[in-house]
Amino acid sequence: MHIPDGYLGPATSGFFYVAMLPIWTAAARIVKKTLKAKQVPLLAIGAAFSFVIMMFNIPIPGGSTGHAVGGVLAAILLGPWAACIAITVALVVQALLFGDGGITAIGANCFNMAFVLPFMGYYLYKALSRNAPVGSNRRVWAAGVAGYVGLNAAAFLTAVEFGLQPLLHHTADGQALYSPYGLNIAVPAMVGEHLLIFGWIEAIVTALVIKFLQKQAPELLQEGRG
Amino acid sequence: MKITTKLWIGLGVVILLSPLGLLLPEHFKAGAAWGEWGIDEIKKLVGYVPKGLEKLAPLWNAPLPDYAFKGSEGKGLSHLSLAYIISAVVGIAVTVGASLLVGKLLAKKGK
Repeated sequence: MHIPDGYLGPATSGFFYVAMLPIWTAAARIVKKTLKAKQVPLLAIGAAFSFVIMMFNIPIPGGSTGHAVGGVLAAILLGPWAACIAITVALVVQALLFGDGGITAIGANCFNMAFVLPFMGYYLYKALSRNAPVGSNRRVWAAGVAGYVGLNAAAFLTAVEFGLQPLLHHTADGQALYSPYGLNIAVPAMVGEHLLIFGWIEAIVTALVIKFLQKQAPELLQEGRG
Repeated sequence: MKITTKLWIGLGVVILLSPLGLLLPEHFKAGAAWGEWGIDEIKKLVGYVPKGLEKLAPLWNAPLPDYAFKGSEGKGLSHLSLAYIISAVVGIAVTVGASLLVGKLLAKKGK
């Protein structure tokens, strides 16, 4: 889901950088108010976990690969704004050091994976686990569903960004200038593989870690965070 | 044991397992993620290389491209797996360093 350099035209790349500026600013402002000094290690662990979980490429035999993001988990534990910062750090490191995701696409990749994914997942988890005791199974299910939906929302947006490129930029004879596939191909391909496979990985990882934390550190799952 | 200690240990285990993210796709003959093809693959898929993509794709020269050492094309899987683990360690070190810095700058003191 890491859009590389060259797949988005300048208009799209620029748009998402501009869109992310107020989001990053708000995240810094809100996290400044809410993050406690003792939560800082958890922020770093969340960023590190998100970084490494994205290295676990899951194959579709003979086809493409995909991966989880761990972003909904970060959002449940840190709140969506701190998760946005944590995932942004992971994505920037991936782009700069490993060429995973383009430099020009950092805005778009952050919008999909560091903004839409944790926020969607966080509020869905909140809604589904409302009034559920910290140790309840409903929390585990809610975390899984939130992970699944969060990752698929991000995949859908990524697909739309890819799919718009041939409409926005093409030569007179119809050749694409950037990402070559339109919405009719990009959306079913990206959303299909995430609905069928990769979304489940995010769901399982999120649910299992929440289950682990219920036993090991239930205080991390208390309400009133973020 | 503090929960953060347990989570750091867990992270270490995940780092050691990370080559699975390289070996499983290799084993099942899976290619790039959708929309993350190299120039050659694009040419095979659509029959031409989009002009803007060709120009922008080489924009950034990452020090550890695709979690491998430069020029490691054709190297064996054990070499690539080791490079993958080293990449995970380096990436996590930088990610942790950067987020601790950001966290320290933002977090409320004394709580």
